[in-house]
Amino acid sequence: MTSDVAPRTSPLSDLDRRDAAWYWDKLAQVLILVAGLSGIVAVIGIFVFITKEGFGFISESLIPAEFFGSIAWRPTSETRPTYGILALAAGTASVTGLAMLIAVPFSLGAAIYIGEFAEGKTREALKVLVELLAAIPSVVWGFIGMTILNPLIIDVFDVPVGLSVLNAGVILGLMAAPIMTTIAEDALKAVPDGYREAAEAMGATRWQVIFQVVLPAAKKGLVAAVLLGVGRGFGETMAVLMASGHAINLPTSPFDSVRAITATIAAELGETAHGSEHYKALFTLGILLFAVTFVINLTADIVVRGRSRKKR
Amino acid sequence: MKWLTKKWLAGWLAVPLVIVAATACGGRAGKRQVLQNKGSDTLVNVAQAWAEAYKDVNPELAIAVTGGGSGTGIAALINGTVDLANASRKMKQSEIDAAAKNGIEAVEFVVGFDALAVYVHEDNPIESITLAQLAEIYGEGGQITKWSQLGITMPDEKSDEIILFSRQNNSGTYAYFKSAVLGKQREYKLGTRDLHGSKDVVEAAEKTPGGIGYSGLAYATEHVKLVPVAVEKGAAAVVPSITSAVDGTYPIARPLMMYSRGVPTGNVKEYLDWILSPAGQEIIVAKGYAPAARQAGE
Repeated sequence: MTSDVAPRTSPLSDLDRRDAAWYWDKLAQVLILVAGLSGIVAVIGIFVFITKEGFGFISESLIPAEFFGSIAWRPTSETRPTYGILALAAGTASVTGLAMLIAVPFSLGAAIYIGEFAEGKTREALKVLVELLAAIPSVVWGFIGMTILNPLIIDVFDVPVGLSVLNAGVILGLMAAPIMTTIAEDALKAVPDGYREAAEAMGATRWQVIFQVVLPAAKKGLVAAVLLGVGRGFGETMAVLMASGHAINLPTSPFDSVRAITATIAAELGETAHGSEHYKALFTLGILLFAVTFVINLTADIVVRGRSRKKR
Repeated sequence: MKWLTKKWLAGWLAVPLVIVAATACGGRAGKRQVLQNKGSDTLVNVAQAWAEAYKDVNPELAIAVTGGGSGTGIAALINGTVDLANASRKMKQSEIDAAAKNGIEAVEFVVGFDALAVYVHEDNPIESITLAQLAEIYGEGGQITKWSQLGITMPDEKSDEIILFSRQNNSGTYAYFKSAVLGKQREYKLGTRDLHGSKDVVEAAEKTPGGIGYSGLAYATEHVKLVPVAVEKGAAAVVPSITSAVDGTYPIARPLMMYSRGVPTGNVKEYLDWILSPAGQEIIVAKGYAPAARQAGE
């Protein structure tokens, strides 16, 4: 690349050059554009695919009252298949809800400690450990739920079976917490130090600095962290399949076994004939999951934007 | 941009080339034919043993065995991705129709028999159970939810509630148990824990004091109790075993099948013939199932 060495005497011709560096620049531009668009293309592609596969069921055999109002999910019945998702939806909601009850306080607490209190080696060690926790595969979490938590719950709570909302909720909470902690900590770190210094200069205690200055300023990022956790809980499959007991049931206590929507798809999709009614019904569940996640993200977006606009 | 030298570029360009070349060579070297065999979890251990032993008979043929459930195997046969589907239940009419639509005629071969055992925790004092009681335990609207209703006193009170273990709804075991115990019309109770594999059910029954589950006899372990089953009240309860499955006295025994795509020829035919020969049948008996010969004997 000799042109780099040449003295820049004639600026106009220099700008017009089409040497290797210029082509590299263009190539990089195109690559980055493709990378940027790939996310959009993938989302639209997935949406089109699951809609195409599931649409046949929605238009032909879906009975809304049964689909949303019945707990009887019996897709392989030879006499009369029924597709009621009430129990599956309740399963997903109860497990995700319990997981968030566990994960939100823990991960926000952890993020505040790592971001605002811990210093030096403690802080670095904690960050690495939290990130390591996020790297554990979900099948391993499932195993922990089945082999460690299951007998533990039976012993501690004196219940007949330990594969339940509680088990799956705890596992899912532990799975979602590291991601939520990392994002929440990033959000806290993004609050300019000037805010903290100004508050301290006004005589605020550390408690007041965190709760009245840092947390409100980082609200947007914290909401994003919680929602990411909800999304994780909603979409998690393997660990829930293993820890929840996989029983069609409307839960009335945390010790009831339930079955999640994702787990149902995972357990049954591999075994259905391509294009059968059961196959299409499972894709309809996929559409439902997709739609709910979309609504959650959209709501969060509107809430976050609305708040920040008011402030300005 | 010092790192962006020609050598560096050439090096990275070479990587895909090497991969392509390697796979191409691999493809050429791979003269061995592969027979895809998929399906029933009940049969998967036997199918693997057969595939293993068949290597000595025909080293040119590699047999790839996967489990996943009868429904999986039959679905794969309908979709045309396997040569042989293992099934622990008969193909449904809807499946036969779907196969026909894809131009596939599935041909059935009975390769053995399996007794479906009822498993409970080893501390459960139960001595026998009737088919009617099983139906009341597992069937929709069934009235039995506690062991005490069967006149059984559990060692501790909290395990009095019957914890039902079942299988995922595409499993052949699920379908067979339903037709043999509940009948065609009756559905399972909702709220059963639907486990994903024959072994899982046995393990769950082993670990849960109030649990009950059904699974192939071959999956029995030392730490779980097999309940003798009686056809009706007053009839003799029969312990599930290869003998009682062969002589037909055990009420929940079923044929195990392999389905081929069309009338088998060539490698598939040779393999099936070998499975039904004494050498193949020896293996299925060694794995804890009853031989297919029972059919001929009847």
